[in-house]
Amino acid sequence: MKHSYKVGCSIQNLRGIREFIRGALRPFGISEMQISELVLAIDEMSSNLMIHAHQCNPDDLFELTIEVQHDKVIVELVDEKNVFDINAFKEPSLGELISEKRKGGLGIRLVKSIMDSVEYQQRDGHHVCRLTKKLQKT
Amino acid sequence: MVQIKRMQQDGTDIIIPVGEIDAASSIELDLTIAKSISEGNTRILIDCTGLEYISSAGLGVFMSYIEEMQDKNIRMVLFGLHHKVANTFNILGLNRLLTIVQTKEEALQAVKA
Repeated sequence: MKHSYKVGCSIQNLRGIREFIRGALRPFGISEMQISELVLAIDEMSSNLMIHAHQCNPDDLFELTIEVQHDKVIVELVDEKNVFDINAFKEPSLGELISEKRKGGLGIRLVKSIMDSVEYQQRDGHHVCRLTKKLQKT
Repeated sequence: MVQIKRMQQDGTDIIIPVGEIDAASSIELDLTIAKSISEGNTRILIDCTGLEYISSAGLGVFMSYIEEMQDKNIRMVLFGLHHKVANTFNILGLNRLLTIVQTKEEALQAVKA
Protein backbone atom coordinates (compact mmCIF):
# COMPACT_ATOMS: atom_id res chain seq x y z
CA MET A 1 0.00 0.00 0.00
CA LYS A 2 1.20 3.45 -0.93
CA HIS A 3 0.85 6.17 1.69
CA SER A 4 0.73 9.79 0.66
CA TYR A 5 1.13 13.11 2.45
CA LYS A 6 0.72 16.59 0.97
CA VAL A 7 2.49 19.37 2.76
CA GLY A 8 3.26 23.09 2.46
CA CYS A 9 6.86 24.26 2.21
CA SER A 10 7.19 25.63 5.75
CA ILE A 11 10.04 24.04 7.70
CA GLN A 12 7.66 23.96 10.65
CA ASN A 13 6.05 21.04 8.79
CA LEU A 14 9.16 18.83 8.98
CA ARG A 15 7.98 17.40 12.27
CA GLY A 16 4.72 16.26 10.67
CA ILE A 17 6.67 14.68 7.82
CA ARG A 18 8.76 12.67 10.29
CA GLU A 19 5.61 11.47 12.05
CA PHE A 20 4.11 10.46 8.70
CA ILE A 21 7.19 8.42 7.71
CA ARG A 22 7.37 6.68 11.11
CA GLY A 23 3.66 5.90 11.02
CA ALA A 24 3.85 4.49 7.49
CA LEU A 25 6.86 2.24 8.24
CA ARG A 26 6.11 0.91 11.73
CA PRO A 27 3.51 -1.71 10.68
CA PHE A 28 6.08 -3.49 8.51
CA GLY A 29 8.30 -4.68 11.36
CA ILE A 30 11.26 -2.69 10.06
CA SER A 31 13.96 -2.15 12.70
CA GLU A 32 13.82 1.14 14.62
CA MET A 33 17.33 2.00 13.43
CA GLN A 34 16.38 1.62 9.76
CA ILE A 35 13.20 3.64 10.33
CA SER A 36 15.19 6.40 12.00
CA GLU A 37 17.65 6.52 9.08
CA LEU A 38 14.82 6.72 6.55
CA VAL A 39 13.10 9.44 8.60
CA LEU A 40 16.37 11.38 8.63
CA ALA A 41 16.94 11.05 4.86
CA ILE A 42 13.38 12.16 4.03
CA ASP A 43 13.61 15.07 6.47
CA GLU A 44 16.81 16.18 4.72
CA MET A 45 15.29 15.87 1.23
CA SER A 46 12.12 17.70 2.30
CA SER A 47 13.95 20.56 4.02
CA ASN A 48 16.24 21.01 1.00
CA LEU A 49 13.23 21.21 -1.30
CA MET A 50 11.37 23.62 1.00
CA ILE A 51 14.33 25.93 1.59
CA HIS A 52 16.20 25.90 -1.72
CA ALA A 53 13.43 25.35 -4.29
CA HIS A 54 10.49 27.07 -2.55
CA GLN A 55 12.10 29.61 -0.20
CA CYS A 56 9.92 28.15 2.57
CA ASN A 57 6.68 29.43 1.00
CA PRO A 58 3.95 27.68 3.05
CA ASP A 59 1.48 28.02 0.16
CA ASP A 60 3.64 25.88 -2.15
CA LEU A 61 2.72 22.22 -1.73
CA PHE A 62 4.53 19.03 -2.56
CA GLU A 63 3.50 15.43 -2.14
CA LEU A 64 5.38 12.68 -0.37
CA THR A 65 4.57 9.06 -1.08
CA ILE A 66 6.02 6.01 0.61
CA GLU A 67 5.66 2.41 -0.35
CA VAL A 68 7.18 -0.74 1.12
CA GLN A 69 7.84 -3.55 -1.35
CA HIS A 70 9.03 -6.83 0.08
CA ASP A 71 12.72 -5.95 0.37
CA LYS A 72 12.80 -2.20 -0.19
CA VAL A 73 11.27 1.15 0.65
CA ILE A 74 10.45 3.59 -2.16
CA VAL A 75 9.86 7.23 -1.32
CA GLU A 76 8.86 9.89 -3.83
CA LEU A 77 8.78 13.66 -3.54
CA VAL A 78 6.38 14.94 -6.20
CA ASP A 79 6.49 18.63 -7.00
CA GLU A 80 4.51 20.53 -9.62
CA LYS A 81 6.95 23.36 -10.13
CA ASN A 82 10.34 22.90 -8.65
CA VAL A 83 13.10 20.43 -8.11
CA PHE A 84 16.17 20.36 -5.90
CA ASP A 85 18.57 17.91 -7.48
CA ILE A 86 21.09 16.76 -4.91
CA ASN A 87 23.04 14.90 -7.60
CA ALA A 88 23.87 18.30 -9.13
CA PHE A 89 25.71 19.36 -5.96
CA LYS A 90 29.24 18.47 -5.10
CA GLU A 91 29.41 17.19 -1.56
CA PRO A 92 31.68 19.40 0.50
CA SER A 93 34.31 17.55 2.51
CA LEU A 94 34.07 17.64 6.30
CA GLY A 95 37.23 19.75 6.32
CA GLU A 96 35.63 22.31 4.00
CA LEU A 97 32.54 22.39 6.19
CA ILE A 98 34.63 23.15 9.25
CA SER A 99 36.86 25.78 7.70
CA GLU A 100 34.03 27.57 5.89
CA LYS A 101 31.81 27.39 8.99
CA ARG A 102 29.02 26.22 6.72
CA LYS A 103 25.97 24.98 8.49
CA GLY A 104 24.65 23.28 5.34
CA GLY A 105 25.99 20.56 3.09
CA LEU A 106 25.86 17.74 5.59
CA GLY A 107 22.31 16.80 4.61
CA ILE A 108 23.31 15.72 1.11
CA ARG A 109 26.05 13.50 2.56
CA LEU A 110 23.53 11.95 4.93
CA VAL A 111 21.01 11.20 2.17
CA LYS A 112 23.64 9.66 -0.08
CA SER A 113 24.98 7.56 2.79
CA ILE A 114 21.57 6.27 3.83
CA MET A 115 19.71 5.74 0.54
CA ASP A 116 20.71 3.29 -2.17
CA SER A 117 19.55 5.53 -5.01
CA VAL A 118 18.24 9.03 -5.65
CA GLU A 119 16.72 9.47 -9.11
CA TYR A 120 14.88 12.31 -10.77
CA GLN A 121 12.22 12.01 -13.47
CA GLN A 122 9.36 13.92 -15.08
CA ARG A 123 5.94 12.33 -14.79
CA ASP A 124 2.62 13.83 -15.91
CA GLY A 125 4.21 17.27 -15.91
CA HIS A 126 5.50 16.86 -12.35
CA HIS A 127 9.02 16.67 -11.03
CA VAL A 128 9.51 13.38 -9.21
CA CYS A 129 12.43 12.59 -6.95
CA ARG A 130 12.50 8.86 -6.24
CA LEU A 131 14.56 7.47 -3.37
CA THR A 132 15.00 3.79 -2.69
CA LYS A 133 16.52 1.82 0.15
CA LYS A 134 16.95 -1.91 0.43
CA LEU A 135 15.83 -3.21 3.80
CA GLN A 136 18.09 -5.30 6.00
CA LYS A 137 16.33 -8.33 7.45
CA THR A 138 15.87 -8.04 11.21
CA MET B 1 10.54 21.56 18.60
CA VAL B 2 13.38 21.84 21.03
CA GLN B 3 13.63 23.40 24.44
CA ILE B 4 17.09 24.33 25.57
CA LYS B 5 17.98 24.63 29.24
CA ARG B 6 21.28 25.78 30.65
CA MET B 7 22.98 25.27 33.99
CA GLN B 8 26.42 25.79 35.47
CA GLN B 9 28.29 23.17 37.45
CA ASP B 10 31.76 23.80 38.91
CA GLY B 11 32.63 26.35 36.23
CA THR B 12 31.32 24.21 33.38
CA ASP B 13 28.43 25.48 31.27
CA ILE B 14 25.93 22.71 30.57
CA ILE B 15 23.57 23.08 27.61
CA ILE B 16 20.59 20.72 27.67
CA PRO B 17 18.55 20.43 24.45
CA VAL B 18 15.29 18.56 25.00
CA GLY B 19 13.24 17.38 22.01
CA GLU B 20 14.05 17.42 18.30
CA ILE B 21 16.59 19.57 16.48
CA ASP B 22 15.80 20.04 12.78
CA ALA B 23 16.07 22.79 10.17
CA ALA B 24 13.38 24.76 11.97
CA SER B 25 14.79 24.50 15.49
CA SER B 26 18.58 24.36 15.00
CA ILE B 27 18.74 28.15 15.38
CA GLU B 28 17.94 27.70 19.09
CA LEU B 29 21.00 25.51 19.58
CA ASP B 30 23.13 27.91 17.55
CA LEU B 31 22.07 30.93 19.63
CA THR B 32 22.63 29.08 22.90
CA ILE B 33 26.18 27.98 22.02
CA ALA B 34 26.99 31.47 20.69
CA LYS B 35 25.75 32.97 23.95
CA SER B 36 27.78 30.57 26.04
CA ILE B 37 30.95 31.42 24.10
CA SER B 38 30.27 35.16 24.26
CA GLU B 39 29.93 34.91 28.03
CA GLY B 40 33.49 33.59 28.12
CA ASN B 41 32.82 29.93 28.97
CA THR B 42 35.74 27.68 28.10
CA ARG B 43 34.18 24.40 29.23
CA ILE B 44 30.89 23.51 27.59
CA LEU B 45 28.97 20.28 27.99
CA ILE B 46 26.07 19.31 25.74
CA ASP B 47 23.72 17.05 27.70
CA CYS B 48 21.99 14.98 24.98
CA THR B 49 19.99 12.69 27.28
CA GLY B 50 16.76 14.49 26.28
CA LEU B 51 17.65 14.85 22.60
CA GLU B 52 15.32 12.61 20.62
CA TYR B 53 16.33 13.55 17.08
CA ILE B 54 18.90 15.61 15.22
CA SER B 55 19.13 16.37 11.50
CA SER B 56 22.02 17.85 9.53
CA ALA B 57 20.99 21.38 10.50
CA GLY B 58 21.84 20.57 14.12
CA LEU B 59 25.01 18.66 13.24
CA GLY B 60 26.09 21.66 11.17
CA VAL B 61 25.78 23.91 14.22
CA PHE B 62 28.30 21.77 16.15
CA MET B 63 30.61 21.63 13.12
CA SER B 64 30.52 25.38 12.65
CA TYR B 65 32.02 26.02 16.10
CA ILE B 66 34.91 23.55 15.89
CA GLU B 67 37.44 26.08 14.60
CA GLU B 68 36.38 28.94 16.83
CA MET B 69 36.58 26.69 19.86
CA GLN B 70 40.05 25.51 18.90
CA ASP B 71 41.19 29.12 18.44
CA LYS B 72 39.75 30.21 21.78
CA ASN B 73 40.83 27.09 23.66
CA ILE B 74 37.24 26.15 24.45
CA ARG B 75 36.46 22.50 25.14
CA MET B 76 33.06 21.14 24.20
CA VAL B 77 31.99 17.62 25.11
CA LEU B 78 28.73 15.87 24.20
CA PHE B 79 27.31 13.10 26.36
CA GLY B 80 24.26 10.90 26.83
CA LEU B 81 23.39 10.44 23.15
CA HIS B 82 20.55 8.04 22.42
CA HIS B 83 21.46 5.17 20.13
CA LYS B 84 19.68 6.62 17.08
CA VAL B 85 21.05 10.12 17.62
CA ALA B 86 24.58 8.71 18.00
CA ASN B 87 24.08 6.83 14.73
CA THR B 88 23.39 10.13 12.92
CA PHE B 89 26.75 11.50 14.12
CA ASN B 90 28.48 8.25 13.18
CA ILE B 91 27.10 8.09 9.61
CA LEU B 92 29.06 11.25 8.83
CA GLY B 93 32.09 10.42 10.97
CA LEU B 94 31.45 13.40 13.25
CA ASN B 95 32.19 11.17 16.23
CA ARG B 96 35.83 11.54 15.18
CA LEU B 97 35.69 15.34 15.00
CA LEU B 98 33.74 16.02 18.19
CA THR B 99 34.36 14.73 21.69
CA ILE B 100 31.47 12.41 22.54
CA VAL B 101 31.30 10.32 25.72
CA GLN B 102 28.66 8.22 27.46
CA THR B 103 28.07 9.70 30.91
CA LYS B 104 28.04 13.09 32.56
CA GLU B 105 30.88 12.02 34.86
CA GLU B 106 33.06 11.15 31.86
CA ALA B 107 32.08 14.42 30.21
CA LEU B 108 33.03 16.47 33.28
CA GLN B 109 36.41 14.72 33.29
CA ALA B 110 36.94 15.11 29.54
CA VAL B 111 36.11 18.79 29.50
CA LYS B 112 38.82 19.47 32.11
CA ALA B 113 41.50 17.42 30.34
